[in-house]
Amino acid sequence: MQATDPDIRWVEPPKLGLGERMYLPLFLQGLTTTTKHLVSAKVTVSYPDQEPEINNPLIYRGVHRLNRDEQGRVKCVACFLCATACPAHCIDILGVESPWEDREKYPESFTIDELRCIFCGMCEQACPVDAIELTSLYNLTGRSREEMIFDKEKLLSVYDATKDKEPMKSAQLPPVTTPSATTSTATSTSPTEGGA
Amino acid sequence: MLEPLIKIAVLLGGLMTAAAYFVLLERWIAAWVQDRLGPNRVGVPLTRIRLFGLGQPMADGGKFILKEEYTPAHVDKRLFLLAPISILAAALAVFAVIPFGSVLPASVYTLFGQDAATVALTEGPVPLVVAPGVDVGLLYVFALSSIAVYGVIVGGWASNNKYSFLGGLRSSAQLISYELPLGLAILSVVLASGSLNLDEIVHHQADSGVWFIFTQPLGFVVFVIAAFAEAARLPFDLPECEQELIGGYHTEYTGMKLLLFLVAEFLHMITAAFLIVLLFLGGWHIWGLAGPDEQVTWVGAVGRLIVLHLKVTGVIVFFMVVRWSWPRFRFDQLMALAWKVMLPLGMINLVAVAIFEELSLALQSQLGGWTLAISLLGSWLVCLAAWFGVAYATPMIGDNRVRKDIHTYEVDPQI
Ligand code: SF4
Ligand code: SF4
Repeated sequence: MQATDPDIRWVEPPKLGLGERMYLPLFLQGLTTTTKHLVSAKVTVSYPDQEPEINNPLIYRGVHRLNRDEQGRVKCVACFLCATACPAHCIDILGVESPWEDREKYPESFTIDELRCIFCGMCEQACPVDAIELTSLYNLTGRSREEMIFDKEKLLSVYDATKDKEPMKSAQLPPVTTPSATTSTATSTSPTEGGA
Repeated sequence: MLEPLIKIAVLLGGLMTAAAYFVLLERWIAAWVQDRLGPNRVGVPLTRIRLFGLGQPMADGGKFILKEEYTPAHVDKRLFLLAPISILAAALAVFAVIPFGSVLPASVYTLFGQDAATVALTEGPVPLVVAPGVDVGLLYVFALSSIAVYGVIVGGWASNNKYSFLGGLRSSAQLISYELPLGLAILSVVLASGSLNLDEIVHHQADSGVWFIFTQPLGFVVFVIAAFAEAARLPFDLPECEQELIGGYHTEYTGMKLLLFLVAEFLHMITAAFLIVLLFLGGWHIWGLAGPDEQVTWVGAVGRLIVLHLKVTGVIVFFMVVRWSWPRFRFDQLMALAWKVMLPLGMINLVAVAIFEELSLALQSQLGGWTLAISLLGSWLVCLAAWFGVAYATPMIGDNRVRKDIHTYEVDPQI
């Protein structure tokens, strides 16, 4: 490329005033900035000693949980939308016919491989009934690979453990009142959450 | 015979400890400026006591000692070994003439004055410098700081590596260029105090009560900038800039040899801080602590010691904060600064100091106390005028882009 090429954009350096050319104002500016930071509050969180503060649990993407409905049953309707949306293919659902009248299917088994999961939150976005959610539990550890494959009980227990601290996200959104939702809860008579 | 040996032991131990802790301080300040906490975990070994991380230097030292001492096959073995040794030896030897305090009283009982029964341990007060009364002290410091350049160049050359070699070349150009303004600034101090002996320079400032920073502001600025460059600290750390030269002259070094280089670097910074304090900031002097050496009490001596070391630490902290305040100079800017700005400023300062010294000698009898005020005012005016002149002339600002009008070569479009 030639220097005369019309595609070259020649940028003029900013003109410096006398104050800037004296260098002293810039000198002081730089020094004030660093000195301010030198004495300002530090942002480091000394993690094992000090728990990090999660500003907004609503948008934090930690360990999953499977939500329960008012009767304590798993909310999931085994629609497979989350498994389809999951880019890491780590959700494995076995949907069977539901023992309850308000829905056709429910997951007999529901496993998430937390080691494969990339915590992208797509499952949460895909779910039509807000059954799967990502909590703000960030310190996920395990001693074996098997331990990191979360089954339905474990995911429900995550809900039990976190529901007080983090209410269901849909509960914090403006309520959507559809006639089917009210009738379904009213007519359901089946036992709550039929075990594994 | 024993006295210098004790002093050498104290100085060596103190310097090594100081260098280790200044590394910690450097890391702390780096962290604090970046809003981090910095090393705060290592305390007493094998316990859970953390002590704000004060054990870190020990851990760092242990790490360096235990690291593999690897000598690459392509290096010049003898020079490779010689470089770190020579640089550290030169950096340590400088401290032979640098007073690390004022004096200690001759008697153990002189706590507040001479009135108590005196049991003299030595004849006269003990000067706190390894080689007291060296009348070419400043020249010696200069000579040895030039030897340090050889350590860098030899290290870069022996490494047989392009980056190291470039680092060595850069440092030779940089250090030699900045020795001139450094020398000019020192020369004006020597002119004003009439001695090359560091102790006497401090005494001159202490006796008159006016530090040279007040009478030679321009010299101070020149000296500090040149000292930054001599110590190869940011914004003048071109010999070893990590981003461009991956460490420069010490790229190939590992283990203890690298440690020697790094310690020498910190010693250079300490030397520079000591020189700034001794030459321009009055050394151990603070108003109220003056007085002849013979009448120093223990309280006064310890006070002087503390004042000197506080000043030095303050200057070093300034060095470290500056590191995070300004970006590194480009090499041509560095050279332009040395030759087009620092050198003329140094000369102006030297001439101004000479004129004011001569004038105050001539006018002392007529004006009395006013001479000091007039020379102070005059030197600050000279400083301001020179500063404005530099800003107006802007020798640093040049357009180094391709000239469109005379540009002829064409790059092969295939490339
Ligand atoms: S967070 Fe992303 S990767 Fe993890 S299970 Fe949900 S969709 Fe899959
Ligand atoms: S968790 Fe939600 S998206 Fe996934 S299968 Fe159950 S109802 Fe469908």
